[in-house]
Amino acid sequence: METSDKLILGKREFSSRLLTGTGKFASNELIPPMLEASGSEIITVALRRIDQGAGDDNILKHIPKQTTLLPNTSGARTAEEAVRIARIARQAGCGDFIKIEVITDMRYLMPDNQETLKATQILVQEGFIVLPYVMPDLTLSYRLQDAGAAAVMPLGSPIGSNQGILTRPIIELIIDSIEIPVIVDAGIGKPSQAAEAMEMGADAVLVNTAIATSEDPVTAGAAFSMAVKAGRMAYRTEMGPESIQANASSPLTGFLRG
Amino acid sequence: MEIKINGEILTLSPSTLMDLVRHRGLDPGSVVMEHNLKVIDQAAWETTQINHGDTIELLSFVGGG
Repeated sequence: METSDKLILGKREFSSRLLTGTGKFASNELIPPMLEASGSEIITVALRRIDQGAGDDNILKHIPKQTTLLPNTSGARTAEEAVRIARIARQAGCGDFIKIEVITDMRYLMPDNQETLKATQILVQEGFIVLPYVMPDLTLSYRLQDAGAAAVMPLGSPIGSNQGILTRPIIELIIDSIEIPVIVDAGIGKPSQAAEAMEMGADAVLVNTAIATSEDPVTAGAAFSMAVKAGRMAYRTEMGPESIQANASSPLTGFLRG
Repeated sequence: MEIKINGEILTLSPSTLMDLVRHRGLDPGSVVMEHNLKVIDQAAWETTQINHGDTIELLSFVGGG
C-alpha cells in the first residue's frame, strides 16, 4: 500500500482526516490542546453580530497559526447571505476556505440544498475553496462537483444529535460516485461512528459537539483521531465482504474423530 | 444623523469608526467591521468617517461547528 495518504482540498494537502469545530467548548482555552491531541489541521469558526454588552472573546485568539481556518456561514438563510458572510470572513483574514451552511429549519437544522448549491456556484467563481454542508443527495453532489466545490459534506444525522450516520445508504452512493472528497459532517457522536464513516470510504469527518461537550475534550480529540486513522487504514486494506453464511477461519477437517 | 448598526437604526453625532468601537467599549482586536458592505481594516478606523445613511455591521468570530 502506498504510504502517502493525504486529504486534498482545493490545492492544499492535509495529513489529518479529522476536521474539528470551535462551538460549545466550556472554555476556549481547551481548543489548542484539543487540536494538539487530535492532530486536526482544519477547524471551523463562525461569525456573529456583536450584541451590545456581550463579551467579545475573539475565538481566533485561541487557534494556533498553523491551523487552517474553515469559517462557516451559519446564520445564513439564503445563498445571498451565505455569500456575504463568506466575503466578510475572507476580507477579515480567514483565508479562502468556506463551509457553506444555509439553514432555515430551526428544529432539525436541516441544510437548504438549493440555496447551498447557489452559494457554491457564486463562491467558487470568486476563488473560494468551498465545502458545502448538505443533506445527502447524489444528484446534488454531482452538481456541487460540477460547480467546483472542493468537497461535499453530507450530514450523518442532525447537528449535535450524536445519532451517528443515519444517512449511511445515501452517503455510500455519493462516495461510490463522485470524485471530490466526501466529508461526513454532523451527528457523529462517538469515535466508533467516525471510524464507521472512514471504513465506508469517507475522505474525512468533521466532529464538533462530541468533542467539545465531552467532559474531557482533549482526550476525546485523541480518541476521535485514533478512530479516524483506524477507519481509514481499514478502508485502505479493502475489508472482506459480508455474508449470511459462516466462512470458517479455522480448519474443519475431522480431528480426533474415527 | 441616522445610521444602521447591526440592523438597528440609530441616531449618532458625527464620528469615525474608531469612535464607535470606543463608545461601545469593544476590544478593537475582536471586532470585524463592515462599513457599507466593505470590511474595513482596523488601521483605517481612525480616518473613516461615518456618514448619514451608512450601514455598519459590528461582528466578531465566535465558536461554531
